[in-house]
Amino acid sequence: MNWNRSLIGIGVALPIIALLAYGMTVDPNELPSTMPGRDAPEFALRVMDSAPPDTVRLADHRGDVVVVNFWASWCLGCRDEHPDLSQTATRYEERGVKFYGVIYNDTEGNARSWIRDMGGQAYPSLVDTRSRTAIDYGLYAVPETVIIDQLGRVAHKQIGPITARQLSDIIDPLLANPPTAETTGGDDGQADADTIDAPRDAEPENGSGDGAKS
Amino acid sequence: MTRGSRTLRLVVTALFPLLAASGHAHAVQIPAGDGARTQFPAAEDRATAQPAGPAQDAVVRETELDRQVKEVSAELRCVVCQGLSIQDSPSTLAQEMRGVVRERLIAGDSPEQVKVFFVERYGEWVLLKPKASGFNLVVYLLPIAMILAGAAFVFLKARSWTRAAPADGGPPA
Repeated sequence: MNWNRSLIGIGVALPIIALLAYGMTVDPNELPSTMPGRDAPEFALRVMDSAPPDTVRLADHRGDVVVVNFWASWCLGCRDEHPDLSQTATRYEERGVKFYGVIYNDTEGNARSWIRDMGGQAYPSLVDTRSRTAIDYGLYAVPETVIIDQLGRVAHKQIGPITARQLSDIIDPLLANPPTAETTGGDDGQADADTIDAPRDAEPENGSGDGAKS
Repeated sequence: MTRGSRTLRLVVTALFPLLAASGHAHAVQIPAGDGARTQFPAAEDRATAQPAGPAQDAVVRETELDRQVKEVSAELRCVVCQGLSIQDSPSTLAQEMRGVVRERLIAGDSPEQVKVFFVERYGEWVLLKPKASGFNLVVYLLPIAMILAGAAFVFLKARSWTRAAPADGGPPA
């Protein structure tokens, strides 16, 4: 009888312990991303303050490494990463790497002021009306950065601020060994970097956006 | 009283609190329809305010679209909220996601195709109700298994009590 009770106790306790143990291995701040390794969603976005009005189409950039950074003036993390992004964009300009900012949930006036306050931006920022491109890229919050390889596939998605070192670590291999059409699917071994639990801003707390964080 | 009827009485007595709690939960649950009415007038309310004919048909079609948008949005997680659907969230991103749901339904996508669109971008995590397949089956089957195991435990326990009763001095007169 005691053996039976012990076995029942173990049978009940073991799954609970196993479940809790599994929970200890999971980072609750980690966000899943399905984008790395997949074709980057096409976009055609207006360049802010371009004269005459210009539109950037991702389809025109086949063969280039493209870095797309989603940002907003109300986002503190964007402020942190901005110098790294601008410096890296300048450094890789001659090697054909294209950098674009995509303004998320913000007004052009605020974005313009922010760029001025930050001492400029080394690459154009695009206007994403109604956040359709952001949703197409599975955006959770800003900042987020997507690096697209020469075949138009998402090589890396960074959720949270990105550093110059991280950018170089992803861009350099793509430039050194451009992926070919024969390359099979997958994320080229970079899936480990598709999530990060760095601080990020989901919605503007007040002012420019009309959203309320829930 | 026979042993069978005593066992049954014990089982019912043991399960009574559970049944009562379940009934209470239903009693306090806010009907989804009420909340929906505040946001989208019901089809019959709108229809009565419109003249008959083609205009009325347009209203009915619009209402059907509203209903579909609401249903699909209620199943999609707001990615910047804690446990809210994009239907319930006031955040800007949720509003834009609802706009995408509407646009895709108007474009001819089925509700299932709209959900697949979001799953492809955000992963299955974006579904508030996980698909009943693979490891997800645990979510659906575990509660049933627990209820069955609990019922079996109560039944066996009650039977052992009724068997033990005669040995303790026989059934009461």
